[in-house]
Amino acid sequence: MNTAELSKVCKQVRRDIINMTANASSGHPGGSLSMTDLMTCLFVNHMRIDPKDPKNPDRDRFVLSKGHCAPCYYAVLAEMGFFSRDEFENFRQLHSILQGHPDCKKVPGIDASTGSLGQGCSIAVGMALGAKLQKKDINVYTILGDGECQEGQIWEALMSAAHFKLDNLTVIIDNNGLQIDGSNDEVMSLGDLAAKIRAFGFELIELADGHDLEAIDAAFSAKTAEGKPKCILAHTVKGKGVSFMENQAGWHGKAPNAEQRAQALKELED
Amino acid sequence: MSEKIATREAYGKALVELGAANEKVVVLDADLAGATMTKLFKGAYPERFFDCGIAEANMTNISAGLSTMGLIPFCSTFAIFGAGRAYEQIRNSIAYPKFNVKVCCSHAGVSVGEDGGSHQAIEDIGLMRMIPGMTIVVPADGNETRKAVFAVAEMEGPAYMRLSRLASPIFEEDHPFEIGKAIVLREGKDAAVFACGLMVAEALEAAKLLSAEGIEISVINMHTIKPIDAECVTKYAQQCGNVITVEEHSVIGGLGDAVADVLMGKVCCKFTKIGINDVFGQSGKATEVLREYGLTADQIAAKIKATI
Repeated sequence: MNTAELSKVCKQVRRDIINMTANASSGHPGGSLSMTDLMTCLFVNHMRIDPKDPKNPDRDRFVLSKGHCAPCYYAVLAEMGFFSRDEFENFRQLHSILQGHPDCKKVPGIDASTGSLGQGCSIAVGMALGAKLQKKDINVYTILGDGECQEGQIWEALMSAAHFKLDNLTVIIDNNGLQIDGSNDEVMSLGDLAAKIRAFGFELIELADGHDLEAIDAAFSAKTAEGKPKCILAHTVKGKGVSFMENQAGWHGKAPNAEQRAQALKELED
Repeated sequence: MSEKIATREAYGKALVELGAANEKVVVLDADLAGATMTKLFKGAYPERFFDCGIAEANMTNISAGLSTMGLIPFCSTFAIFGAGRAYEQIRNSIAYPKFNVKVCCSHAGVSVGEDGGSHQAIEDIGLMRMIPGMTIVVPADGNETRKAVFAVAEMEGPAYMRLSRLASPIFEEDHPFEIGKAIVLREGKDAAVFACGLMVAEALEAAKLLSAEGIEISVINMHTIKPIDAECVTKYAQQCGNVITVEEHSVIGGLGDAVADVLMGKVCCKFTKIGINDVFGQSGKATEVLREYGLTADQIAAKIKATI
């Protein structure tokens, strides 16, 4: 898909995020909106997956380590055709397949259940390791939150990805700078993330604008040195695309009300 | 019961055998391969062995990821670090998605000995029991460990296996092993003694001591704590009227509670739980530590007698 077409899909995904969280009166719009361009580009242009054969053992794998941003995940999967958009209205409702955090038992196309921060990256490492062991040409992708990088386990995972020489693994960091209690720097400074990740043995691509679809597309296409895992550190805007949500930590885990929903949808029109 | 082998050693040997039979089997350890005995598998199949370093949380979730690729990971460390430190990783990333990972932890219970209370997991069965859908196996001797390793590999879904550091006797009689099916090792009318792990051998010795005094007890090897063999527990509790559970684990949350959960409100009987009484362990020779906490045959016999 070219960037103009991708951009249209991203708008649709953003509208779905607003509608899902507004319907449920709960959920996490801020981080879902910040990772929308990254995830949409990845799924539409790069992942080798087939919605008609979601369990194909040779498919590429994806783990949403920042599992609370499930609305974006669900919107992209539905867009790809893994399940009907009719499911959106059941998001976070009793007996729904669309749980508050991704449940791989319930949703076609989801490879791992996540939501407890810090764990998904390690699961992705295991997937990439399993693919290598079985000599399969499978790429594994995982999206982490920047706040999530405060979990020590993330660094255990990065260390092991380099140790096991997982050049089939791409770690994407949605660096929107904000978390529930405020900015990363107020809550727990992450320091020089890029330098830290390089020091852990990754080949790093830094995206100054994590919403620039052309740059994102090129970052996913870029080949890394043999034996080196790849990290895309994308600087993003929390709440991207909705003026009153942008760069506001308060929109981490708060749903829009009817009025806010209407305004957001207006801003996200094609 | 002359020959002795630690269940951890039997585990290591069984993994090598299993590895030959099933190429999907992979083994992970967190810098304790020499102690959990996964070093035997490492020696035989180095390409299918992954040392994850001293990072149990990461190892647990790497196991989860490997299982989604069609492999059967045996994730090994000490019980305190596996069931303990990586509890939430097991809960959320293995059990919740029902992934096919076998968490096999050695050095469970106070028979760890010299390393002391910090390393003696006495709550691992309880932690694992509370997780929906978790299978829990506690083999009683080396032979049973071998069978248990093959059985958990055969079943689909998460399982926890509890292994010991201390060498323990191999039972003379060989019994078929089926997950969830308790094994009656001895029949006696005066009490039903349900035991697991190292305590099975102690309970059998206690039975001999009691028999010399004219007291005959049934000894049942509860190698599977979950799903528990409710039929067997109910039958022997009804038959004997006196129920005693013996485990090298806290009396809170372990085998005793699992048996009590079966009988509560159904069978009227006297009930004594023998185990670690809500205290931490300590350093000492394994046999001394077991005696300190009342887990030797003569001490168990005395408690059974007091119950009847």
